[in-house]
Amino acid sequence: MMSLEVRDLCCIRDDRTLFKELSFEISSGQMLLIEGNNGSGKTSLLRILSGIRLPEAGTVNWIKTIDNKKHSASVHQQDGFMGDMGFLGHLDGNKLDLTVTENINFALSLSSANDEPAIDEVLERVDLSLFDDVLVSNLSAGQRRRLALARLILSGTALWIMDEPFTALDKHGIKVIEKEFLKHLDNGGMIAMTTHHSISFKDEYTVRLNLSS
Amino acid sequence: MNKSTLANAFLALIKRDLTLAFRHRAELFNPFLFFILVVTLFPLATGAESKLLQTIAPAIIWVAALLASMLSLDAIFRSDFEDGSLELLLLNSHPTSVLVLAKVLAHWLITGLPLVLIAPFLALFLGLDQEVITLLVITLLLGTPVLSFIGAVAMALTVGLKRGGILLSLLVLPLYVPVLIFATNAIEMASSGLPVTAQLWILSSLLLLSITLTPWPTAAALKLSLS
Repeated sequence: MMSLEVRDLCCIRDDRTLFKELSFEISSGQMLLIEGNNGSGKTSLLRILSGIRLPEAGTVNWIKTIDNKKHSASVHQQDGFMGDMGFLGHLDGNKLDLTVTENINFALSLSSANDEPAIDEVLERVDLSLFDDVLVSNLSAGQRRRLALARLILSGTALWIMDEPFTALDKHGIKVIEKEFLKHLDNGGMIAMTTHHSISFKDEYTVRLNLSS
Repeated sequence: MNKSTLANAFLALIKRDLTLAFRHRAELFNPFLFFILVVTLFPLATGAESKLLQTIAPAIIWVAALLASMLSLDAIFRSDFEDGSLELLLLNSHPTSVLVLAKVLAHWLITGLPLVLIAPFLALFLGLDQEVITLLVITLLLGTPVLSFIGAVAMALTVGLKRGGILLSLLVLPLYVPVLIFATNAIEMASSGLPVTAQLWILSSLLLLSITLTPWPTAAALKLSLS
């Protein structure tokens, strides 16, 4: 069991309070959907959750239960959390002058995945298996996004933090990725993301958070 | 096959950057070409007075190398910042400082080492003696990595800015000056037959200090630039 616990979070940007006293918790198998108008602090919240950005106040704790013992640590103190977390920002993070396979291999050499990664199988699932030797600069925007998601799937991390993962994806692509998300949640994973696309998951999966209200 | 140890990540990052550089040869060539052009233009401008040229040749080569390495600094983190792969480098279980070390090392192999390798030929062209050329290469070998490591800190600080170019040179040049002074001083002393061990030790210690101390501030500055 793992969970992400947020207490009294406050974020100020350019003297503007984006949100304050924000508290919530998500645990294995749950997805956090962050909603809100443009500029309401969705991306800032994701960056705080991922440990890139420090909050003005409050804590974000990553709690892991191993052998019935609870281990809790702030995500901003790194220890152990970075290896459990996969991040996909609004940029894809692919190198345009590397091929699909090269991009994936490099990401894997940085990740802490222990099992033998099934690269071919995952590429098949995101419809990129025919493009494994193609330079990313020759792929379409949607294909690049799918490659970034394939990297995330292969990283074997428990918590996926994503900023608008469905950008540039077509209807079929969205369906494929939604299926991957459900699979990840069923395997005890966690997701925190922002999206303008209405997600059709059951309520038991999702925790909704509206930053505008 | 992809066991993720720190050593693996370190090597994979160097390999990735070298591959990318190889596929982008034209860009890579710019600082190198700049270096050759500056050095070859000097004899044309000063005339064929070999005495004068011989005295200032080490300084010409060093100043050109310094400016060339400053020109190439933008390539260290800029593209990673723009395509988002910098987040990938920072958000993993490996210590960022070690990955930064790999990045700077790869950057020196791509931009610094070619300068060191071509320098003896240019020195020959400027009429320098054998011993002076050897010393010039040694000082470049010790000095140019220092320039890359110091430059990486400044680049990490300014990578988030739209127009960080001028700020970058303002930050970097004062820190480059000691390297320039000790390197050219060593060559000057050697040409008058004086011992140069002191200068070489100082350059070596600058190199060791920059390898061991700069990765931490660089990693911290990158994090700051991303947030």
